[in-house]
Amino acid sequence: MRPFTYERASTPQAAAAAAAAQANAKFIAGGTNLLDLMKHEIETPAHLIDINPLELDAIEDTQDGGLRIGALVRNTDLAAHPRVRRDYSVLTRALVAGASGQLRNMATTAGNLLQRTRCPYFYDVNMACNKRRPGSGCSALDGLSRQLAVVGVSDACIATHPGDMPVALRALDARVETVNAQGETRSIALADFYRPPADTPDRENALAAGELITAVTLPPPAGGVHIYRKTRDRASYAFALVSVAAIVREDGGGAVAVGGVAPMPWRKPEADAALAQGAGAAAEILFAGARPRRDNSFKLALAARALDAVLREAKGLEAR
Amino acid sequence: MLMAANLAANPAFHGQRDLTVGAAIALPEATPAPAQGENAQTVSFEVNGQRRALKLDPRTTLLDALREHLGLTGTKKGCDLGQCGACTVLLDGRRINSCLTLAVMHEGCAITTIEGLGSPEHMHPMQEAFVRHDGFQCGYCTPGQICSAVAVREEISRGIPSHVTADLKAPIAPSKDEIRERMSGNICRCGAYSNIEDAIVETFGGQA
Repeated sequence: MRPFTYERASTPQAAAAAAAAQANAKFIAGGTNLLDLMKHEIETPAHLIDINPLELDAIEDTQDGGLRIGALVRNTDLAAHPRVRRDYSVLTRALVAGASGQLRNMATTAGNLLQRTRCPYFYDVNMACNKRRPGSGCSALDGLSRQLAVVGVSDACIATHPGDMPVALRALDARVETVNAQGETRSIALADFYRPPADTPDRENALAAGELITAVTLPPPAGGVHIYRKTRDRASYAFALVSVAAIVREDGGGAVAVGGVAPMPWRKPEADAALAQGAGAAAEILFAGARPRRDNSFKLALAARALDAVLREAKGLEAR
Repeated sequence: MLMAANLAANPAFHGQRDLTVGAAIALPEATPAPAQGENAQTVSFEVNGQRRALKLDPRTTLLDALREHLGLTGTKKGCDLGQCGACTVLLDGRRINSCLTLAVMHEGCAITTIEGLGSPEHMHPMQEAFVRHDGFQCGYCTPGQICSAVAVREEISRGIPSHVTADLKAPIAPSKDEIRERMSGNICRCGAYSNIEDAIVETFGGQA
């Protein structure tokens, strides 16, 4: 690990100001992803701002009947929260499908949104990777691509976003609240939060330099049946090959987001509109223009079947 | 071939957590010990009920602080990347991977290691159960397995759901499926899993 200086944050705005004032500063919360990357020297911050002292760990009802989740709420606590279990159970299901009990006790809501890809070429510092070293090329394009993205990719990057929680948040129409060094706040729809890789895959989201996530908000409960279905190479403690977060209403409509297939949680409003026509119709829309590689084209069939299983489960035709 | 070998040795390639590969790469180095560097930070926390104050290079993980600075070598370093669970300790009663957190992040916290759970003369009930059921072979992962198992019991009693919990609204019934799922962050290369499971089941009075 490269040397760095360290400070404990006092307020969200002060944390943002400290990050904006110094080149190569990073916030640290749970640290479960950042420290791993720092040990590999993939991340090499010169300064760490520890935001754990900030009081951003509450889960509160919003005035409109939704939920406001503090940036520092740990995955375990979010998954176990009574309102999340009752009104947003797709989120609980996604959270407990990810990582291990130890990691979920540390990992935070904001940190999970910012989790970086697990592409093996991103992790191997001897390999070309436009995300790790802009302009160096992409070894994944003609490499081992089993885990990598099939849709929303570019010629510069085919990495996936590895998270489970963000897939559920995308289906739930979540928003991300932030503060900057000047104390200005804004709310960004999760739909606009992740940037397509294009030719700058190192720029992964809409956050400005130093901007700090303070909370994630959910709209009032949408009702319906909530399902998170994750397929992976092991029954537990493995990243998704394909995952589906779904909220299915009685009339067959709803919202569907897919994980493990794209650089971001993957959702299309047109696919939601086609849900009542069945999984095939929705999957065709979700994966229009897909560019699978040699090793990961199976994800197209797997995603369509996972979606079909989810819709059958929602109708009570198939057990979990 | 070289490229394939490198990829095979890359834990990220194998999905999230594959100790058998991750641990085979190289012995992880302890984070640097010099406490007096210009970046040194002070931190004070409780370890096994005792107040400890340290001045540390901020790179020092909680794991290295426990082992290298406090001499508590019961907590083990396996992969040092959050994949194997050998470094599991309890932080304010909750299990965490001590390799993936910095010691300086835990000002005022209470940490319990395997040494704090029990001793050879006065074993914790979970330690007794592991001994009775032969829940180990080489023993390297055992402190982490036991700290994790103690926390699993607590998590089930507090109603924290898992991936295999069928009903999110009902109290959680301890079961072998629940135990297996919740222990998936602790890898045992000797493959003592079935005895580990039997040991944990016994601590639930066999009602799992």
